[in-house]
Amino acid sequence: MASYFLRRVLMAVPVMAFIALFIFLLLRLTPGDPAQAIAGDHATPQQLAAIRESLGLDQPLASQFLAWVGDMILGDFGKSLISQRPVLEMIGQRIGPTLALASVAMMLTVLISLPLGVLAAWRHGGLIDRFVMSLSVLGFSVPIFVIGYVLISIFAVNLKWFPVQGYKPLAEGLGAFLHRIVLPGFALASIYIALVSRMTRASMLEVLGEDYVRTARAKGLSDRIVLFRHALRNAAIPILTVVGTGFAMMISGVVVTETVFNIPGIGRLVVEAVLARDYPLIQAIILLTAGAYVLINLLIDLSYALTDPRIRYK
Amino acid sequence: MSIQFRSFAAATLVAGSLYGLPALAETTLNVVMQAPLRTLDPILSTAQIVRTHGFMVFDTLLGMDAKYNPQPQMADYTVSADKMTYTFTLRDGLKWHDGTPVKAEDCVASIKRWAANDGAGRTMMAHVAALEATSDKQLVIRLSKPFGQVLELLAKPSPVPPFMMPKRLAETPSGQQVTEMVGSGPFRFVADQYRPGDQAVYVRNKDYVPRSEPMSWTAGGKLVNVDKVVWKSMPDMQTSINALQSGDVDLIEQVTIDLLPLLKANDEIKTGAINALGSQVTGRFNHRQPPFDNPKVRQAAMYALDQDQLMQTAIGDGEFYKLCASLYGCDVPLASDAGSEYLAGSAKTRMAKARELLKASGYDGKPVLMMQPTDLTVLSTQPIVAAERLREAGFKVEVASMDWATLQSRKNGWQPVAQGGWNFFFTYWGVSGIWNPVVHAMLDGSGSDTAWSGWPRNARVEELRTAYIAATTLDEQKTIAREIQQIAFDEGFYFNAGEFQSVAAWRTSLKGLQPGPLTLFWGVAK
Repeated sequence: MASYFLRRVLMAVPVMAFIALFIFLLLRLTPGDPAQAIAGDHATPQQLAAIRESLGLDQPLASQFLAWVGDMILGDFGKSLISQRPVLEMIGQRIGPTLALASVAMMLTVLISLPLGVLAAWRHGGLIDRFVMSLSVLGFSVPIFVIGYVLISIFAVNLKWFPVQGYKPLAEGLGAFLHRIVLPGFALASIYIALVSRMTRASMLEVLGEDYVRTARAKGLSDRIVLFRHALRNAAIPILTVVGTGFAMMISGVVVTETVFNIPGIGRLVVEAVLARDYPLIQAIILLTAGAYVLINLLIDLSYALTDPRIRYK
Repeated sequence: MSIQFRSFAAATLVAGSLYGLPALAETTLNVVMQAPLRTLDPILSTAQIVRTHGFMVFDTLLGMDAKYNPQPQMADYTVSADKMTYTFTLRDGLKWHDGTPVKAEDCVASIKRWAANDGAGRTMMAHVAALEATSDKQLVIRLSKPFGQVLELLAKPSPVPPFMMPKRLAETPSGQQVTEMVGSGPFRFVADQYRPGDQAVYVRNKDYVPRSEPMSWTAGGKLVNVDKVVWKSMPDMQTSINALQSGDVDLIEQVTIDLLPLLKANDEIKTGAINALGSQVTGRFNHRQPPFDNPKVRQAAMYALDQDQLMQTAIGDGEFYKLCASLYGCDVPLASDAGSEYLAGSAKTRMAKARELLKASGYDGKPVLMMQPTDLTVLSTQPIVAAERLREAGFKVEVASMDWATLQSRKNGWQPVAQGGWNFFFTYWGVSGIWNPVVHAMLDGSGSDTAWSGWPRNARVEELRTAYIAATTLDEQKTIAREIQQIAFDEGFYFNAGEFQSVAAWRTSLKGLQPGPLTLFWGVAK
């Protein structure tokens, strides 16, 4: 297991190097000028040239790339071209709300979609199954921003149960945190609830047709034990894969939810950075997100061994 | 552990604790500003949001009152009889936010930095023989040749007002941003609560001594009646409106016109213009590339375009826009109707004139590349309407859609269209940044590489601008400004596409909001 883990970590190095080169070139080839974002629309060419020079943007691309990679290897991701603050400090300011939102959304996803998927499979073809599948189609079809606005309109504007926008950290108390995170969490979770409940249902249906399930039933075991102890555990691998990649997708795809609910997270930070052509900030966010993807995929693979004793890594 | 990773960890912890600050018994004004505050240096940036931030933290030697007159602010002044020597005496009690006293040498360094970054400031310095501190409290500007705009420029509220800062900050090298926000203005910037592009926090400067005169725009007493002002960035307007209705925010600086009906039905919310001056939408021709290197073709395009149609498209409600010929803004002292013949008549008759002019111009059918910013609501629709009008007149037009950042970058190049150049685009300017020929960058007729995009060249305009600088009476200035305006129309410097008014919305619990050339946070109470 340890050598497998080490091998996977080493394999991540060329992946990250490729991503670093790709994103660096992509950004430099994209039209736009960070100096203009600093100086504003009405700046003169001399002002823009002076700013470019002070930021080192007048240097050859190869020098800029090597300087960036060299600093990064030493743990220095550079400063924002626009605000002149260390990019890791800026990411540090904004990662908390995004992680909180993604975690709550993932918890809601697991808590809601697993029982729904199991129920739908258990009552395959029945009313419950049709209801769950209809909900799933709805979750897939309605964009997150529409779900967000509908939730705000009903629960914040009309019923006044929740605030219309904003974020409070856990440090301010569990109540305040949940009060502000439930609606955006649910909005973000909606599409994943649809996805995971469908995946759970399909996976469970496949497993419920297996011989050992029939044997378990023939032995007189209750539905609960058959479903949760025998079937769900064996159906878990595809579900784990979807849940794991879903979490990574949530972290990198929360921008709409953060915008609708005004949550100061990474999603909004990266949009801001792209609009201002803040190269070091965009590069750092993409690299760290890519790193998170690699790590999450590795953890998913390792978790297979925990759920299925037949899987062993060497 | 590297410094970077330590700062990352520290920032994460600090951010967590800041979100969790307990509610204090203080008056906090929560405001959604018209744009995110991404940079802080109000001398290096020409953006309106950075200028407004500048007025929170920094102060100016002179302020501009509601009658467009320069008035003492940080300093009182005297002018010699020959108007060649200006003496400024700092008033008592001025302190920087770090507790040190404001000295004349700080102001000298600040004026120099401002002048190096501002076009009008550079023009002023070209007329200055000496700028020096004669004592801790007094500085003197001695002119080498007549320049009638010294006071107006030192009081100008936009673009790039001459903000005063400590000498050590004012001596920051050219092109480099000042990131330490130490001013002497009525608010202090709270650096550790600043999240670039998301939130900026200001607290009342308890050491600030306001002037005794009544507040008038950026002149007079800057009385701060709230403890804290929090600027929030909300990229989604519907979210901002929800937050205003629920009381999470007190003021939205700029509401999109189509969402105003949502607010008008709410008794707890008022809407109106708090920025006394509007913004002029301008269609800029590239004078260096065909077909708009031909003045006849530019004239044909000016007749084809229609102010009312363009404003209807972008703003919709006639209550919020004005149509006038004045290139300096519709309601400023220099406003005149010179050149209005290019805008007069119905859209139909003007189209006939456009066709006639285009035919006579020798236009060879070369396509016009019109840049369209798709991510800026106020400028995204005009290119579509303008392109149709130009096509109707006989132009071939290609609309190139792009984001605003790309447009901003592309507009700076004068290469042929096939090599990434351009022919025409729309932008807008706050009237406070165009209200006379010195500050109005679009009326620069030098045609030089260092001029603002478009590069019109006209020697007579340059002569007149020089004459305007030397003029010392308003009547003289009006005559000169009028002639410049007429030439700018005849030569097609740009198309004036009308003036719109931004509309703010605020909760009725807010008192003392006063109109100004920008959103003013002194005088406001909650």
